[in-house]
Amino acid sequence: MDSRRPLTGWGRTNPSVATLRPAGDDAELARLVTEAGRRGVLARGLGRSYGDAAQNGGGVVVDMTIRHGVLSVDTGAALVEVEAGASLDHLMRLLLPMGLFVPVSPGTRQVTVGGAIAADIHGKNHHVDGSFGRHVVSMDLLCADGTIRQLTPESELFWATVGGMGLTGLVLRATLRMKKVESAYCLVDTERCVDLDDLLQRMAEGDHRYTYSVAWIDCLARGSSLGRSVLTRGWSATRAQLPSRSRDHALDFRPRQLAVAPSVFPSGLLSRATVSAFNEAWYRKAPRERRGEIQSIAAFFHPLDAVAQWNRIYGPKGFLQYQFVVPFGAEDALRRCIEMLSDAGQASFLAVLKRFGQPSPGHLSFPTPGWTLALDVPIGAAILGGLLDRLDEEVLAAGGREYLAKDSRLPASAIARMYPRLDEWRDVKRAADPHGVFNSDLARRLGL
Amino acid sequence: VKDAIGNVQRIVVLGGTSDIALATVVKLTQERRGVQVTLAARPGDRRAAAAAALEGRGMQVTEVDFEATDRTSCERAITSAFEAGGDVDVVMVAFGLLGDQERAWQDVDVALELVQVNYAAAVGCGVLVAERLRAQGHGAIIAMSSVAGERPRRSNFVYGSTKAGMDAFYTGLGDALAADGVRVLVVRPGFVATKMTAGLDAAPLSQVPEQVAEVIVAGLLAGRHTVWVPPAMRWVMLVLRHLPRPVFRRLPV
Repeated sequence: MDSRRPLTGWGRTNPSVATLRPAGDDAELARLVTEAGRRGVLARGLGRSYGDAAQNGGGVVVDMTIRHGVLSVDTGAALVEVEAGASLDHLMRLLLPMGLFVPVSPGTRQVTVGGAIAADIHGKNHHVDGSFGRHVVSMDLLCADGTIRQLTPESELFWATVGGMGLTGLVLRATLRMKKVESAYCLVDTERCVDLDDLLQRMAEGDHRYTYSVAWIDCLARGSSLGRSVLTRGWSATRAQLPSRSRDHALDFRPRQLAVAPSVFPSGLLSRATVSAFNEAWYRKAPRERRGEIQSIAAFFHPLDAVAQWNRIYGPKGFLQYQFVVPFGAEDALRRCIEMLSDAGQASFLAVLKRFGQPSPGHLSFPTPGWTLALDVPIGAAILGGLLDRLDEEVLAAGGREYLAKDSRLPASAIARMYPRLDEWRDVKRAADPHGVFNSDLARRLGL
Repeated sequence: VKDAIGNVQRIVVLGGTSDIALATVVKLTQERRGVQVTLAARPGDRRAAAAAALEGRGMQVTEVDFEATDRTSCERAITSAFEAGGDVDVVMVAFGLLGDQERAWQDVDVALELVQVNYAAAVGCGVLVAERLRAQGHGAIIAMSSVAGERPRRSNFVYGSTKAGMDAFYTGLGDALAADGVRVLVVRPGFVATKMTAGLDAAPLSQVPEQVAEVIVAGLLAGRHTVWVPPAMRWVMLVLRHLPRPVFRRLPV
């Protein structure tokens, strides 16, 4: 069965119509790729990229989620071979009881391994463990000529694929190096930070002691409270650190879904007033300081996964996520960006700040050493376009960049400035896919 | 490709010297520089001036020869506009003639010229553009209709009849293309002070092109299928459509 249908990203903006095909076996996919029409082919996973990265208007989009098998598990070496459509949720449910955790987890478990490679995703442990691609031992890539190549980190095509937004081929399978854990819990320290200086100082001084670190910033706070935030950091808990009653079930992982957001949500529910009240409550509810709290992996990493389809709360106009990184030393630029956002009164809740560590060898991989801020912005406010364009300028001037998996609005002119290795990537892409079979709305918009 | 907040990258204007179209292009692109615009129109000073004005606002303008009554010219212009670059986000169908009404209903040549340009060519271009946009899986058409098409008036019913036809075509085209991710916005302005209406007395609720552009862009972003300019014209026309003929005929409209 195949059908033409409108697709959007997680932000539910700017749909385009493509032929959606469920992924068949390798031979069928190879045929699909070699017989692709002018508008090309693109793999799609769970559609969690916010913008148009998993859209291919007028072309073919392959739904890879059907190919979600776990092919082999080596608990001793912590290696697993999985199909690209397997979600991190699936891997956690299956492998945590065996003492294996995904090496990198973003804010949701609902992403596929293929998508994690294509966006070279990062998590709260980037400052120590780097991005997802670093933990990929090898992968099978279906190339434009219909052949399947096994790629390892020694090859250039491997690193053009890691962070390559699906434009080098279809990732079919990957072998991942997992993290060995003793429990499905984290040991968490929580601190309230009164302003941005307080936060940056605590992160800069203490992050290296933690495996995981993330701060939530109240972007509506102004003046002397600018950048007030709640910092949570932790480690994977050992069995001995758990309360005695939990030790026998240390590796149990049964995250619950608490609710599903209704399909009809009014526009404009998230106004400055409601978000401001939410932010105030969130900040006040956090303890001034609490050490050694035991939290489940689901509660610590994926709080939003408890509400399925939470993207609906932004209403029918949808929303976008703005995420940038500026290098260490550009704290002033970071401050100006937060000031611009708070001055504009953009109703964004849960803006998130992290520190990135060493960059990945991926040509288009997003993380570079520095501060990264991510925030949701509902579509609609008249000032939106101009505000974000001004933020782009600030980020560019500071030598920073924005995350393609989140982007839905950058102008093409900004990309080469943000990704200096773009031409190098284009050379590898052209060699592997001379006729541009793998294409997406994002690639067309940005002229990748 | 259009982005999440409505910024466009490529616009094609059929009837590239239309005052309303140019104002709409300016309004659509005001947030960003470097937008690519193709102006399809008769070669000449007017087209060159339009191109220069848009370039002055930071757009990249391409001029293409376009003669609405010549089918080959239409095909060639649309092909070259679509194949000159990336995906086209917006196509404006903005060509048309007002004509001399009193001659038009009494002179076959004048009447048929209005039909050829305003209706036949608009339909032909609509078919060609629809095929291109369907293949992209996204895009929008802005079709310049008129309130004159909603109810024929004694004072310009030949023009009105051609607009009624093109309005019906583009309204239906919008439904036909809905499943392909392509939107059609039918625009029904009242009296607009442009070079087309130069020399005529302004009617009530008279508008300038910038006001029309504002309504068009707002309608496009909101995903509307039909807009009236000014928006209140929708309710005026609703009343006028239902007036008894003897009353309507005597109205000074």
